[in-house]
Amino acid sequence: MATVTFKIYRYKPGAIDPPRYDTFRVEVEDHTTVLDVLETLRLDDLTLTYRHSCHHGSCGTCGMLVNGREVLACVTNVLALKTDEVVVEPLRNAPLVSDLVVDMTPFFEKYEPVGMPYIRRSEYLPEARPPEAVGEYMRFESCLECGLCLSACPVVASDAHYLGPAALAAAARVVQEPRGHDLPAIFQMVDNDEGCWRCHAAMECSSVCPNGVDPGGMIMFLRKMLLTQRR
Amino acid sequence: MVSETYRRPEPRQPSRRVWAWFRLRGRGASGWAFVLHRLTGVVLVFYLLLHFYVLSNLARGPQAYNAIISAMKSPWVTLLEVGLIAAVLFHGLNGLRLMLMGLQIGVEQQEAMFWGALVVSALFTVVAAALML
Repeated sequence: MATVTFKIYRYKPGAIDPPRYDTFRVEVEDHTTVLDVLETLRLDDLTLTYRHSCHHGSCGTCGMLVNGREVLACVTNVLALKTDEVVVEPLRNAPLVSDLVVDMTPFFEKYEPVGMPYIRRSEYLPEARPPEAVGEYMRFESCLECGLCLSACPVVASDAHYLGPAALAAAARVVQEPRGHDLPAIFQMVDNDEGCWRCHAAMECSSVCPNGVDPGGMIMFLRKMLLTQRR
Repeated sequence: MVSETYRRPEPRQPSRRVWAWFRLRGRGASGWAFVLHRLTGVVLVFYLLLHFYVLSNLARGPQAYNAIISAMKSPWVTLLEVGLIAAVLFHGLNGLRLMLMGLQIGVEQQEAMFWGALVVSALFTVVAAALML
């Protein structure tokens, strides 16, 4: 058992505006995660808002900054941070809704203008009978859609039109394994100023990705593919 | 009685600024490489402008050119030149790292390449400083 100081970013349009940091002294155990602490604090302050779901790093909803770095709060052990003070803030480069909750709409909007050809439709065995709604689901392969990469990317921080590491990684994945997708259309989407050439290889996207998608490496893969095609 | 429809407040939009490139808190080695590459790039641009200014004195005659060259022989300028060598070395070597990554060479070793570029730049800068100062 140890006592750790938590500084939590608070913002509510019209109520807590400008933003401030609330400080709490919290007792933590060996297994306590940042999400555990937030849930404990919320018992005393129901206005504290954050997003979470699965508690095991699978859903990607509890992305936030902990001591300035993008993490999933549910799998971030407090004592492993090795700091007496833990600063918790919302993800960067996304509209801030309240406290630690950001609007993920821009993250998903990156796919709309291009008809989302690089997001795979769910595939099931012919004999499987998934529920109707589940059958319609589409996902970016391997990606949790947590948005950590967009928060960490310095180019996204200065250019709202950049396609971004998540979308480019999804495109690269389809190029690696087309399964009938229209590859020329995908190359056309990524081969432009706001596509894979906009990346400046800061590689922070890969550094913070909780699921090993390696968006930075995937962007480099796309570049090589495009250069090879031009030869 | 007419009830008011709840309207969700507009979210606070993120500011898109180039300054955000230089946020280093929480960043790893590759984030530092990104920032150092930009800073050394700015140093090189300023040097280029200064270089053009010094050369432009040629057009003003031998006296003006000799005067500016004498000013450039100050120990302070020599110190700045050592800094310039460090910037040129790091920017060049890191540029090579970025080119290799763009060809998908050494992407998994990119952090090691950054540290390599940093160490080699530092070593050669020390040698240059020993010769110049």
